[in-house]
Amino acid sequence: MSGVQDGAPISPTKLVADQGRFRSRRLQRIRESGVLGTLIGSTTISVLVTLSILLVLGTETLHFFQQDEVTPKEFFLGTTWSPLLGAEKHFGIWPLVCGTFLVAAIALLFAVPTGLITAIYLSEYAHPKVRAIIKPALEILAGIPTVVYGFFALIFVTPGLKFLNEGFGSYNALAAGIAVGILTMPIICSLSEDALRSVPQSLRDGVYGLGGTQFEAATKVVFPAALSGIISSILLAAARAVGETMVVALAAGSTPKLTMDVREEIQTMTGFMVQMALGDVSNYGVEYFSMYAVGATLFVTTFVLTLIGAIIRKKYREVYE
Amino acid sequence: MSGPEFPMPKALSDPERAREVHRSPLQRHRTERLFRYLCVSVAASSVVLLLAFLIAIFSQGIETLTVTFLKNPPSPDTSEAGFHPAIMGSVWLLILVAAMTLPLGVATAVSLEEFKPRSRALRRILSFVQINITNLAGVPSVVYGIVGLTAFVSMFQFFGHEGSPAFESGVKYFDQFYNEADRVLLIPASGPDAPLTIATEGMEAWTPAGESVRVHVIDADGEWPEDEDLAARTLRDYDSPGRINERTWYYFRIPFGRGVLAGALTLVLVILPMMIIAAQEALRAVPNSLRDAALGLGATRWQVVRYVTLPAALPGIMTGAILAMSRAIGEAAPLLMIAGIVFISNPPGNIMDDFTAMPLQIYNWAQRPQLDFHQLAASGIIVLLVVLLVFNGIAVLIRQKYSRPLS
Repeated sequence: MSGVQDGAPISPTKLVADQGRFRSRRLQRIRESGVLGTLIGSTTISVLVTLSILLVLGTETLHFFQQDEVTPKEFFLGTTWSPLLGAEKHFGIWPLVCGTFLVAAIALLFAVPTGLITAIYLSEYAHPKVRAIIKPALEILAGIPTVVYGFFALIFVTPGLKFLNEGFGSYNALAAGIAVGILTMPIICSLSEDALRSVPQSLRDGVYGLGGTQFEAATKVVFPAALSGIISSILLAAARAVGETMVVALAAGSTPKLTMDVREEIQTMTGFMVQMALGDVSNYGVEYFSMYAVGATLFVTTFVLTLIGAIIRKKYREVYE
Repeated sequence: MSGPEFPMPKALSDPERAREVHRSPLQRHRTERLFRYLCVSVAASSVVLLLAFLIAIFSQGIETLTVTFLKNPPSPDTSEAGFHPAIMGSVWLLILVAAMTLPLGVATAVSLEEFKPRSRALRRILSFVQINITNLAGVPSVVYGIVGLTAFVSMFQFFGHEGSPAFESGVKYFDQFYNEADRVLLIPASGPDAPLTIATEGMEAWTPAGESVRVHVIDADGEWPEDEDLAARTLRDYDSPGRINERTWYYFRIPFGRGVLAGALTLVLVILPMMIIAAQEALRAVPNSLRDAALGLGATRWQVVRYVTLPAALPGIMTGAILAMSRAIGEAAPLLMIAGIVFISNPPGNIMDDFTAMPLQIYNWAQRPQLDFHQLAASGIIVLLVVLLVFNGIAVLIRQKYSRPLS
């Protein structure tokens, strides 16, 4: 319409000329199907990526279990992981799993309360001006590369912990856990905030109408209503913490241990994979394949966590109109 | 009482909960106030944390952040060490990753959002693809690293190993002789595994300057020629060469080995789901009325995408692309699996060259025990953060400049 209002009507011939280079229906149809083919091709790539992940992890893990030194029973039940040291190698996954979950648990202990409180604050209380400061700060925290958090844990957190308690080693689970916690906090915060915001205002108004305070509205009505979204955000953060690599590679050490002592050096699944990638391990030996077995375990763990998160979000979502 | 009779609210019949409900307003408002303080302090602590974080790293690294640091290769001598090959490595990676991720991500997003099929079976397939992409976004990046190690670096061992690739182009192999007059003679060799050349009389050879000469061979106790030109191309018959290669900028091989291309492909796997999801959101934000108008004018589905939806969604797609790229720049774990920590003093010269990248070099310095290296790591982090800041700044600018209501 603006063209007509400007006093420069579009000439009909121009419109016809601009209609496209291929006036013929047949050519147009060929072009349409060509485009569609390209698009389908690019979409299949994402499926191929998944298939290749499964293929690589599957075949190489199979190679691992075919080695003489390894039995599935030892791998799933063993409590010693020593693929590199000594004459007798042990491949029991539990010390690595233990280390992984120790770091993830510390991270969540830090990230869940702070992330949720910040989310409630941002969605229920914060003045737009305050929000305009805190939101970008969280986005920056989420955008900082993980290797930087690793450096932070190693150079600043660990000396601080050592100063507080002499029992801490130069590599320890707590420093790594805190850094991973700082890294996962923005994830919990932003996803939970989205869940809290999607709860309709009428529910809050109902509480105020009954004489409730803002705190009561937030904790007794809005929070339970958004619970499915919040839980799935926590599970997503847990998956991220389990898969986090650079922080633990720098700050957690490289001694696989079955321990709950946060002051000790431990090793996570991801930490082990990095150690293998860096070391001059002869290619295609049992140690090399053990990396893939650990990778497959990690993949399954994170996959299950994201899957449960997705199911909870879908199944228990409360929809308000 | 007339009207329906209501049962007593459960909260009042349960003595425990009744006490809670009957708390004095004073108490309840005190809780309210306390919670608000808690909220403010926790939320403020994230800002304080960020500031403390940045100040700590700047104070560590600003001292060693000099022009030398930006221009020099890494070195065991911390006063000489620099970041240059790492910066260039990241630039190479970024260009390759962007060239692959952008078309692929946008095309996938378009086919998921704009070409919705009518048949139920096809819809099923597309929703499966959608779930698949969401799940790919949750796979830890280190897992992509080991997948890339098998799929790109060694290519499942189908094409020989890294030392002798099955296919190569853009590379020349030479056998290099040093003769007694300290002159170098190069004789072309057919491949990396060809037997070493044995010098014979009259054989064609090249000087390092590119001149073609004929080799003159004398035996172990033969007399060394006086003539300087002749001496320059004279070899003893027991001289043995070393194998060297000369790679052009278009050097290519299969399997890819631990080169820039393998690293870039692995990073594409990491950020592709993110790119697709961002592009999908941008496309979804385009109001349907625009599509309907175009369709009503007789446009085909591709014409709608090409002339209406894509232009309208472009700012959103660009913002998403830039954020995905900044993720790629900072990503260390998958690259660590592909490239490892090796000493690299030159920026890559072709897509198969060994490389290092900014986060890898930072990791390399940070894991060393010496404090001097930690300072270098902090300087590297400052460079990396500045690059990321610029990227995010551009994204914000695009978002602000082009975000206009479309409906």
